[in-house]
Amino acid sequence: MSIKAHHLSFARNGENIIHEFSFEIKDGDYVGVIGPNGGGKTTLLRLLLGLAKPTHGTIEIDGRPVTDTRVRREIGYVPQRGGNLDPLFPATVREVIRSGRTARLGLFKPFSRADERSVNKAIKALGIEKLLSRPMSHLSGGERQKVLLARALACEPKMLFLDEPVDGLDPLSRDQFYALLRQLNDDGMTIVFVTHDVHAIAEQANSALCLKHQLVCHGRKACYIDKDELQDLVHADREELRKHHDT
Amino acid sequence: MILIPDVLQFDFMRRALAVGLIVAAVAPTIGLFFVVRRYSAIADTLAHVSLAGVAAALVAGTAAIPTAFLVSVASVLGIEHLREKKTLPPDTIVSLFLFGGLALGVVLLGFSHGRNVNIVNYLFGNILTVSQTDIISVAVIGGIAFLLTLLLWRQLFAVAIDEDSAEAAGIHVKTLNRVLSILGAATIAISMNVVGVLLIGALMVIPVLAAMQFRLGFHGTWRLSLIFSFLSVIFGLIASFYLNLASGGTIVLSAIICFMVASLVAGQQRGK
Repeated sequence: MSIKAHHLSFARNGENIIHEFSFEIKDGDYVGVIGPNGGGKTTLLRLLLGLAKPTHGTIEIDGRPVTDTRVRREIGYVPQRGGNLDPLFPATVREVIRSGRTARLGLFKPFSRADERSVNKAIKALGIEKLLSRPMSHLSGGERQKVLLARALACEPKMLFLDEPVDGLDPLSRDQFYALLRQLNDDGMTIVFVTHDVHAIAEQANSALCLKHQLVCHGRKACYIDKDELQDLVHADREELRKHHDT
Repeated sequence: MILIPDVLQFDFMRRALAVGLIVAAVAPTIGLFFVVRRYSAIADTLAHVSLAGVAAALVAGTAAIPTAFLVSVASVLGIEHLREKKTLPPDTIVSLFLFGGLALGVVLLGFSHGRNVNIVNYLFGNILTVSQTDIISVAVIGGIAFLLTLLLWRQLFAVAIDEDSAEAAGIHVKTLNRVLSILGAATIAISMNVVGVLLIGALMVIPVLAAMQFRLGFHGTWRLSLIFSFLSVIFGLIASFYLNLASGGTIVLSAIICFMVASLVAGQQRGK
């Protein structure tokens, strides 16, 4: 799935959070969205997900508005740190993953064998078979993120959006999580993830979309190594970035 | 086994049990979603607002339960409208309606010319006041609320996990939030005679909290909360009959006993 954003702007209480920019994400791309805190990363993600309406401009996914039901059903979303899920929320891992099929089922369609197969496929992809009967409250941060990724995959998305997906995870869980994303992208899924970690983009993504209210740059990894402006923006060490890029 | 037939010899107890069992099924079913979404304050607010509905019914001479339900629904829509505008903090919006509803109820009662005594029954519940008309109102409103919750179960569950993910997937979150609040208003309206508006929030919340102690899944928690709710209502009504106690208070105290026992048992299970 591809994304085209035209002259996108978003203002809140008269303040421009995102100001007039256009970009395109191609089918099968793996894009990291980066920028300083308050620079509009999460707002851009909310616009792409259809959770907020642009003040000006349009977003199209595969040529259709993002609010189109057919588009929404082909999108998966993994929120930051488990979204708003209460630590004591009384649900098992299996129940949470099955909820990923809800939008496809609508009100009256029963949970079929095909739905069960999609759920099991997502569970197997994440390797979380042993967690299924455990309550969400008994999971570590890394396990919770895997469960939420499995829930997103249960709807068999063609495009995946993630908001700070490894925030709060230990290095091992972080590497495992990124390896899963890499595998999904290798299988053809378009992935867009928001992060404040410039190294994550250097190591993981195929291209970067860098913004500070306006689009600073968008393209292959080299874009943020060559721009002084971006260097100041992300406060990262240029040589270290180049090392990541070279490797 | 010997006590129950004695209780059922009286018409008013049969009616109270009929209404009580409907309430016992509906309250935790809808209350579960209120608890996991931390909407308990809205349940309290709706309870206070429904008092204004009862007062309006006393003044106008209309049926109390449907009138209270309609006033609560109007308030729900007002609360949700203001929450979506995001110009006021959510807790202050709830307070605004809570105090506004209570104040309106008190003012309206001034016009009811000596019928104020009835309001106490609605505040704290009185099994003697359950009429045949009440049973029909409770069965219709409660039945619709219960079935609608089951129909929307999967959507409500997805929204309870995470609103943004649900909306991104194409689920109509705003509509579901309104429907959930209206279902809460329905629960409060049908529970007025049995536990009273000041205590109905407890029957929506405490059986759910007791069930949550066992860390079961969502369905398991719901089923267990139903059991606790039925036990609380049946035990509470029987105890209030034989010990001449206020029905609402006795039912809620029974629910609290269930919660305490559940906490102890679940704590021991976790300690093993």
